[in-house]
Amino acid sequence: MTTAAGVAERLTSLVGSLRAHGVRIGTGETVDAARAIGELGLADRELLREGLAATLLHGTGQRQVFDPVFDLYFPRGVGGPEGQPAGRQDLRERLAAALAADDRALLGRLAAEAVDGFGGYGSSPESDGWSSYQTLERLRPQTLMARVRDEVRARGGSSGFTDRLLEDEVRRRIDAFRTLVAAEARRRVAERRGRDEIARRAVAPTADRVDFLFAGKDRLAELRRTVQPLARKLATRLAARRRHAARGSIDLRRTLRGSLSTGGVPMKPVLRRRRPARPELVLLCDVSGSVSGFSDFTMLLVQALHDQFSKVRVFAFVNRIDEVTGLLEHGRADPEGLGARIQAEAEITGWHGSSDYGMALGEFAERYADAAGPRTTVFVLGDARTNGGDPNLPAVRRIAERARRVYWLNPEQRSRWGTGDSVAPAYAELVEMHECRTARQLSALVARLLPV
Amino acid sequence: MFTSVDDVSARLAETGYLASPAVATTVFLADRLGKPLLVEGPAGVGKTELAKAVAQVAGARLVRLQCYEGVDESRALYEWNHAKQLLRISAGRDETWDETRTDIFSEEFLLTRPLLTAIRGDDPKVLLIDETDKADVEVEGLLLEVLSDFQVTVPELGTITATRRPFVVLTSNASRELSEALRRRCLFLHIGFPEEELERRIVRLKVPGLDEALARSVVRVVGALRAMDLRKVPSVAETIDWAHTLLALGAGTLDETVVRATLGVLLKHQDDVLKASAKLDLDAL
Ligand SMILES: Nc1ncnc2c1ncn2[C@@H]1O[C@H](COP(=O)(O)OP(=O)(O)OP(=O)(O)O)[C@@H](O)[C@H]1O
Ligand SMILES: [Mg+2]
Repeated sequence: MTTAAGVAERLTSLVGSLRAHGVRIGTGETVDAARAIGELGLADRELLREGLAATLLHGTGQRQVFDPVFDLYFPRGVGGPEGQPAGRQDLRERLAAALAADDRALLGRLAAEAVDGFGGYGSSPESDGWSSYQTLERLRPQTLMARVRDEVRARGGSSGFTDRLLEDEVRRRIDAFRTLVAAEARRRVAERRGRDEIARRAVAPTADRVDFLFAGKDRLAELRRTVQPLARKLATRLAARRRHAARGSIDLRRTLRGSLSTGGVPMKPVLRRRRPARPELVLLCDVSGSVSGFSDFTMLLVQALHDQFSKVRVFAFVNRIDEVTGLLEHGRADPEGLGARIQAEAEITGWHGSSDYGMALGEFAERYADAAGPRTTVFVLGDARTNGGDPNLPAVRRIAERARRVYWLNPEQRSRWGTGDSVAPAYAELVEMHECRTARQLSALVARLLPV
Repeated sequence: MFTSVDDVSARLAETGYLASPAVATTVFLADRLGKPLLVEGPAGVGKTELAKAVAQVAGARLVRLQCYEGVDESRALYEWNHAKQLLRISAGRDETWDETRTDIFSEEFLLTRPLLTAIRGDDPKVLLIDETDKADVEVEGLLLEVLSDFQVTVPELGTITATRRPFVVLTSNASRELSEALRRRCLFLHIGFPEEELERRIVRLKVPGLDEALARSVVRVVGALRAMDLRKVPSVAETIDWAHTLLALGAGTLDETVVRATLGVLLKHQDDVLKASAKLDLDAL
């Protein structure tokens, strides 16, 4: 695996990826890095890591970006035990021993083994992935606390005054192990995504029945061309619902008050008046990687329907949230380029590139609190996969309290909600969540759920 | 200078400096690539000590530019010895001005400062630019010039180019961000607090009289303090001071009384002492 050309290529990809994460690296540094590899060789991965960090980075803060990216391009030799994967109990035994000995190198290898054995989910090539959450749920390293403590004590590794420090020490080691597991899962997910891009070119049935998540580029382009006709159809349906609503229902209180003059006999039913203004719509769209096809399409569709509402505001997020209403309006002529424009012009990522619903929704609830009011219907678009981050349920609760309605459209099939790092069930308890895998499902939902 | 990363570790250890793998690797590369080394990290983790150790290993002279607010070219690079020049002028009354001028702007009247000293002469040198972040931004321009070409122009004497480049170490506490341009010239090394095992070895090396078990306890307590949310957590320098103190007191093991009596060696703020005492259950007696 280590031909000279292969190494050069990996170094270039590593540098490209660091730049994409905002680390400024010039050609000079890349040349130095290549020389460092020449001087250090490839035999010792940790020396290589330090050597590349020394030549490519310029500040302490960049290291936390560098390490996971390095892990991705220069993975640990995927050794693991030969034969079948270790059982849970066996792995816990070895983990306990490594924690007691505080053997960092061994803990790193065990983290890789743990993700390999317990972090995988899904059964089809399009949908499987790696989850640190699931790995840790199965392995439950925190429950080894007492055992590790006793083991250290039994070995005479802690007594007297310092014995009071032991529990916190073990806790810190367990936390460090959790971080290692998270890093390993992230590495594998990223590794897969590359392969998935290729896997996604498979052919599928008509565009409006293709899962957004697995639709290739061509399919998505095809879908975009159906936005305008679909919007016209939906506008007609919405108009029908609006007329129906306008006819209104009987206002019982006012009918009774009116009936006082007729001796309490309700002669003239009073109809509720139609709401004076058209409703407002807010869209919160996860535009990261695989769900961006779904979000793009929905944004375009809502934009095409905008004159049905008094106000439409659209926000995009990955792990930070930014308003893109303007980008959407100005770009009506170029629906193809919408995704790229959002990526380029909106502030939707912080230090890393993976979705963080908790952060993004929290930021919305804080910065754009007044975007959602009693006349607003909010749609959240996304798969609710938080990459192990805190889902921040209070933020969603806050949005739901302010808005008239909140709906969540999830492009994943319902049976996968809650698997791996999906926190869909938790969100679904707070707001109405609908499966929305295809354009066909989406138009049915829009026709039914959009406020009139 | 070094044959391998292990060679760096081994030879630094002989001088009394115990390098982490990151430190050894970066020193090795700085030597091989011929680039200055920028070392950042909290106070007391051995940044300055590293430069001294490298000098010792290399059999090189240590030339140190200590930076501070207001340090300028005349302190960093060179200066003319005005007093001596005046004496010379008044002594040579029957010379022409041209002769006098040539004479007073010669080597004899030049006061070389660290940056110039470091690039002159053929003997091996380690140039330590210590606490670079304390200097004003203008000095960075000067450093950049010297570290790019390793030459200095003295108008009256001409351009002086290094015949032998020094090994350069810049240290910083990051009290101020150094410029991007300066950073780009350097290999970057962050030294943080050492891992437990390394710190134990440092303590054992620096305080030889301390027994293994006590050294271990010392490092564990320091580790616990670093995990607390304190205004200033103890660094390696404080760990060593504490070990010395315990040795001087003849403490064989740690107990509440000894720790309470000596906590001030580790922590410099009174509120840190109070907080740590509570967390370490020192008041339980
Ligand atoms: N790895 C090490 N090996 C040996 N001694 C060390 C090591 N790290 C730190 N020390 C010791 O710690 C003390 C502090 O080191 P030093 O003065 O170099 O710190 P510094 O990082 O330069 O701090 P400051 O930022 O305050 O200047 C010294 O006595 C040094 O001997
Ligand atoms: Mg110092």
